[in-house]
Amino acid sequence: MQSRKAPWLYLAPALVVLGGLLVYPVYQLGLISFFRYTQAQVSGGEPTTFEGFGNYAELLGDDRFWQVLLSTVVFAAACVASTLTVGCALAVLLTRVRALPRLVLMMAALGAWATPAVTGSTVWLLLFDPDFGPVNRVLGLGDHSWTYGRYSAFLLVLLEVVWCSFPFVMVTVYAGIRAVPGEVLEAAALDGASQWRIWRSVLAPMLRPILTVVTIQSVIWDFKVFTQIYVMTNGGGIAGQNLVLNVYAYQQAFASSQYSLGSAIGVVMLLILLAVTLGYLRLLRRQGEEL
Amino acid sequence: MKLSPRLPALLLAALVVTACAPRTSDNAASDKDEKSGTLRVWLFQEVGNKPKEKVVDSVVAAFEKAHEGTRVDVEYIPVDTRAQRVKAAFNDPKSAPDVMEYGNTDTAGYVKDGGLLDVTEEFGDWGEAKDTDPTARQSVTVDGRLYGAPLYVGVRALYYRTDVFGELGLKVPETMTELAATAREIRAAKPDLYGLVVGGAYTYGAMPFVWANGGELATGKGGSYASTIDSAAARKGIKAYTSLFGDDNCPAAKCAGMGGNDTVTAFAAGKAAMAIGGDFSHTAVEAGKVKGKYAVVPLPGVTPGSIAPAFAGGNNIGVLKGTSHRSLAVELMEQLASKRTQSELFDAMGFLPTFGDVRQQVAAREPFVKPFVRTLGAGTRFVPASPAWSRIDSSLVLPTMFQEVISGRKDVAAASKDAAAKMNDAFGSAG
Repeated sequence: MQSRKAPWLYLAPALVVLGGLLVYPVYQLGLISFFRYTQAQVSGGEPTTFEGFGNYAELLGDDRFWQVLLSTVVFAAACVASTLTVGCALAVLLTRVRALPRLVLMMAALGAWATPAVTGSTVWLLLFDPDFGPVNRVLGLGDHSWTYGRYSAFLLVLLEVVWCSFPFVMVTVYAGIRAVPGEVLEAAALDGASQWRIWRSVLAPMLRPILTVVTIQSVIWDFKVFTQIYVMTNGGGIAGQNLVLNVYAYQQAFASSQYSLGSAIGVVMLLILLAVTLGYLRLLRRQGEEL
Repeated sequence: MKLSPRLPALLLAALVVTACAPRTSDNAASDKDEKSGTLRVWLFQEVGNKPKEKVVDSVVAAFEKAHEGTRVDVEYIPVDTRAQRVKAAFNDPKSAPDVMEYGNTDTAGYVKDGGLLDVTEEFGDWGEAKDTDPTARQSVTVDGRLYGAPLYVGVRALYYRTDVFGELGLKVPETMTELAATAREIRAAKPDLYGLVVGGAYTYGAMPFVWANGGELATGKGGSYASTIDSAAARKGIKAYTSLFGDDNCPAAKCAGMGGNDTVTAFAAGKAAMAIGGDFSHTAVEAGKVKGKYAVVPLPGVTPGSIAPAFAGGNNIGVLKGTSHRSLAVELMEQLASKRTQSELFDAMGFLPTFGDVRQQVAAREPFVKPFVRTLGAGTRFVPASPAWSRIDSSLVLPTMFQEVISGRKDVAAASKDAAAKMNDAFGSAG
């Protein structure tokens, strides 16, 4: 009896913290999404009414939501792929260069990582400014506006997102590579494997748990990207062309004070991310890997 | 320590009951009317706030002297975060002020949120109120009831560069058509200048074009507004405004994303020959490169000599519903928005008075405000007095419409139809 209780006892502090910080807010989010809950209800100007799935019906019946969802998914996928590619490539590079360049690269990456998103976005925007930006001057583009076209605006944001999130991937993967026993790599090299082959057949499989974690992390981060879009495209771009779900939810929930509709968007995002993560984990497990 | 066995059960029951619905604060009107104690006041923190504080301090000192045992506690809240502060005040009446300044487009929303006190009777009994101009009065009115006293108004007019006009031998445009033609002429002669700098996200710079052509944002009264932004007249105005975006005046790639402040900044930096700016933009323009090289006229309308109706922005002073000092708070509101205070605030801050007679007096003192006073005199417009307006505004319905047309994604008919649908949706759900 005692032994069955013991693990729970040890887990209790963590569970209490998790319960308070995670479960309760999610519960509130879900709860609010079933009510009509705007500023008028919060401050008591009007009674709160139960709406059932009304908010969800409104959301799912809105064409705008589906467009925003689609662009969010595509944009997040592009960000994740680019971040992982850049991060992994630079991690491999880190293991190949001498101490000084390694230190420089590491510091540069950590600098990017430590920069607050608002600052980073503002600086990027200034770099690409049509009137005062150095990029246009160097490339000889005159007063070309990067934020006017939909895809060029997304590209600009993507660059910033990759810039501020590749260091996490790089550092984590670099740590993973350092943990791979040298003999294995030596053996592969002796067998005449190319660099690419070593990465694909030796390093990547050994690093899979780490890659899994950074992939899931990146998916979650990039799906929820807010600051970069909000700052760089001025709240969603020309005619809302660069809206992503999180910015859209913010517009609905806070700017328009429709907390219940915003909550419904939050719940939908949560479900999508849960589905993606669980699906990915299941796929890995089917391949015989345990995280 | 021995706990009663019923206590945990009670706690649990309480938890379940309170958890059933999201939290709502009790913001019922207070029935207390204390005649002494502390009154809390929230005013906006302006850029260069000192002169405003001085005026307010003298009003407060006189008020405290007249009412023994009363203390007035004034706090200046930053304009940027006012929305959050006001929401928080409505959510927690205990930390809310008794009297507050608020932007006049927020009136209907705040009333619906249950935050503002109906002061219709007191306003009617107030001697000075008869001189309040009709648009200012409209900006505190919801469904025929009054929810505050207007503090100042702000309108926009046409700023233009006297040196550029002189050099090119141009005369000041007298109609909207001439305005567009003059803008293109300047751009053609000086390709590094915008003729008339316009912004795709500059709603209050664009609306005069719609109003001058006979269009309206919406028609109706009270909660039952219907959007008319897709009417033929409104479309004509939208077309007139959006046609100003292009390489021959203000290139779409740069101007589509601009808001009002961006256009004023461009003008102040000497990058534009004309701009639509407010009386409140005066300081910013004076601080720029163009100081001494510009003048202001009312924005021309469709027919020669007419003035395009401007949006009457500005701020009001209201009393919060939860105040426990109803009579005192209303009196303080009247003092803060009185003719004398408004006249002093004009001298200190340049805020245009909401009383017709006071406005005439200050215009005589300070010639700069004449074009703005003339614009106000020609009749101004206001946004629909519906709580839906703040939602329409914050979900960027109108900027989206203008930007869709400017970027060529939709034609005027389709974009205005979609915008009207979104507005009606907001009006409908605001009830």
